[in-house]
Amino acid sequence: MVTSIIRRLIQAVFVVVAMTVIVFIGVNVIGNPVDILINPDANQAERARVIAHYGLDQPLWRQYLLFLQGLLHGDFGDSFVYGRPAMGLILERLPATLELAISALTIALVFGLPLGLYAGLYPNRVSSKLIMSGSILGFSLPTFWVGLMLIMVFSVELGWLPTNGRGPTLELFGAQWSFLTGEGIRHLLLPAFNLALFKTSLILRLTRAGVQEVLPQDYVKFARAKGLRERRVIAVHVLKNLMIPVVTIIGLEFGSLIAFSVVTESIFAWPGMGKLIIDSINLLDRPVIVAYLMMMVLLFVVLNFIIDVCYTILDPRVRLDSKA
Amino acid sequence: MTALLQVRNLVTEFGGAKGRSGIRAVNDVSFSVERGRVLGLVGESGSGKSVTGFSIIRLLERPGRIASGEILFDGVDLSRNSEEEMRRLRGKRIAMVFQDPTVTLNPVLSVGTQMIEAVLAHESVSKDIARQRARDALGLVGIPSPEERLAAYPHQFSGGMRQRVAIAIAFLHKPDLIIADEPTTALDVTIQSQIIAEFQKLTEETKTAVIWITHDLAIVSRLADDIAVMYAGRLVETGPVSEVLNDPRHPYTAGLIASVPSQNQRGERLRQIDGMTPALNRLPQGCSFRRRCERADDGCLVIPELAPSGDRSFRCIHPVTKVSAS
Ligand SMILES: Nc1ncnc2c1ncn2[C@@H]1O[C@H](COP(=O)(O)OP(=O)(O)OP(=O)(O)O)[C@@H](O)[C@H]1O
Ligand code: SF4
Ligand SMILES: [Mg+2]
Repeated sequence: MVTSIIRRLIQAVFVVVAMTVIVFIGVNVIGNPVDILINPDANQAERARVIAHYGLDQPLWRQYLLFLQGLLHGDFGDSFVYGRPAMGLILERLPATLELAISALTIALVFGLPLGLYAGLYPNRVSSKLIMSGSILGFSLPTFWVGLMLIMVFSVELGWLPTNGRGPTLELFGAQWSFLTGEGIRHLLLPAFNLALFKTSLILRLTRAGVQEVLPQDYVKFARAKGLRERRVIAVHVLKNLMIPVVTIIGLEFGSLIAFSVVTESIFAWPGMGKLIIDSINLLDRPVIVAYLMMMVLLFVVLNFIIDVCYTILDPRVRLDSKA
Repeated sequence: MTALLQVRNLVTEFGGAKGRSGIRAVNDVSFSVERGRVLGLVGESGSGKSVTGFSIIRLLERPGRIASGEILFDGVDLSRNSEEEMRRLRGKRIAMVFQDPTVTLNPVLSVGTQMIEAVLAHESVSKDIARQRARDALGLVGIPSPEERLAAYPHQFSGGMRQRVAIAIAFLHKPDLIIADEPTTALDVTIQSQIIAEFQKLTEETKTAVIWITHDLAIVSRLADDIAVMYAGRLVETGPVSEVLNDPRHPYTAGLIASVPSQNQRGERLRQIDGMTPALNRLPQGCSFRRRCERADDGCLVIPELAPSGDRSFRCIHPVTKVSAS
């Protein structure tokens, strides 16, 4: 188990290094940054000064090494727009996005797993059919439309929940979090549900499909033939096998939750990374884009690593190097 | 003394609701098993052997259901038992061993967990004691270093070893009856032989009655006291193994015996029963075997009764006799 974790760690490092090359080439080599950075009216001396300042006169490999050196120190240069370190900007916005994504994922699990389990165990009940039709709606309604509807109903008509911002936050582990204050939670509810809707449907359908695949297996029949109580058959024999695909999907979808939170963040004016990156792309704020991309790479690598470890815990067949 | 298990006119159907009848996988089946005896239940694929077994332990897959008949186990009709009453019997007094050992054990739970839970399902003992019981049971079926093997997962065992684990679980509570659904079919011949020997030893020690489902007549002749031959959901012949195998009365039984390789002369073409098992929803009128039977005539257009003769019975109007079979 330990060696497999070390092996995966080494793989993760390789992925990160490969991604730095791709990001470097994508941002520094394709297209001429000089055109973006320098006022077309600037004179030759000024051009040279700027080029030297950003190291653009150096050979490519030097530039890459400088880029790497910057990365290692968390230095991505200053934002062209805000004039502050790009990484600082990203880190400032990261907790808001993480908080939104984690809340959405929690909601998706809390609703998706039990409903999917129910619909899988009792496929012929009317309630199961209603749940499955509901999940189709969750799949097909566009996020922005649902977001607007949520605002219409819960904010405009009923006046129960606020529509924008994070509300008051409290500090924990050096970052600001909304879920620590009552008012913050009220601000979090609508965007979190909005973002969770699609994932809830996904987890629900995945769980139901899993139940229907596992139930007819001989090992479930054998568990019943041993005289186990139905509760144990479902909670241990069925659920434990079910968690393998569910964990995979959770890991992968968590990444996409963060990446696609931009729609929800825009509708609810949630001050997260999604909004920042859209603005930065529009303004060609290169350091922020690079910092964001590297942050995403790191996030996905860490997530995948966590999924792998979960796998190893859940599925003994993956523990290749364990001895009998 | 009444038999441990008496199945009377059992009908098991798939599909079909009140009023309408579905596919009859088990059709008017009656047999009994005495304590400590082994019944070999044989027949072609799809004849309803497994469904008969799952009907007794009441683990039919939807939409299967027992449509009528009685399953008297120690005087209690199992077909009328509640689900909780059945649960208390399963694993405790009636156990089951399945065909494919690679899929009977849960891949994500350790063998120990799966054995300990089987102990705890019927006895309120401490986990430590349950663990000891599990370890002893593993030792009993010839698994080396059982203590360490408890921590292992099914994929770390060979097929034969996994079947031993399944057998150990089946014998945990010294059940009165074990339904063994082709427990050796998926194993290679040498392992088969070991498993059968293991099984015989355990049944003799525990006085457990066995319904051994198989299509291998050689196993039946070695292991069983009695035999019941199924065809298209019905029993067509029953009786003591040696008598039925030496002197089959039903043409289908005779055909099965003739198609066992060792029964054929060297160089002679392997004999087999012509034709295919009919689909259950398109059975011929009268005797189900009519289309494949050499002896069929117009008399076979009515369904023959399972006629008893001594301790045997057969369902045929023109039964085979020793003279005509040779
Ligand atoms: N889940 C099911 N749904 C519908 N019909 C079924 C189901 N299981 C069994 N049957 C019907 O019952 C018949 C008998 O099946 P069964 O599994 O008892 O055969 P078997 O004698 O055990 O054959 P085998 O030697 O292949 O195991 C099948 O031909 C099929 O028509
Ligand atoms: S009843 Fe007729 S058709 Fe059926 S097995 Fe006997 S002889 Fe053949
Ligand atoms: Mg079968």
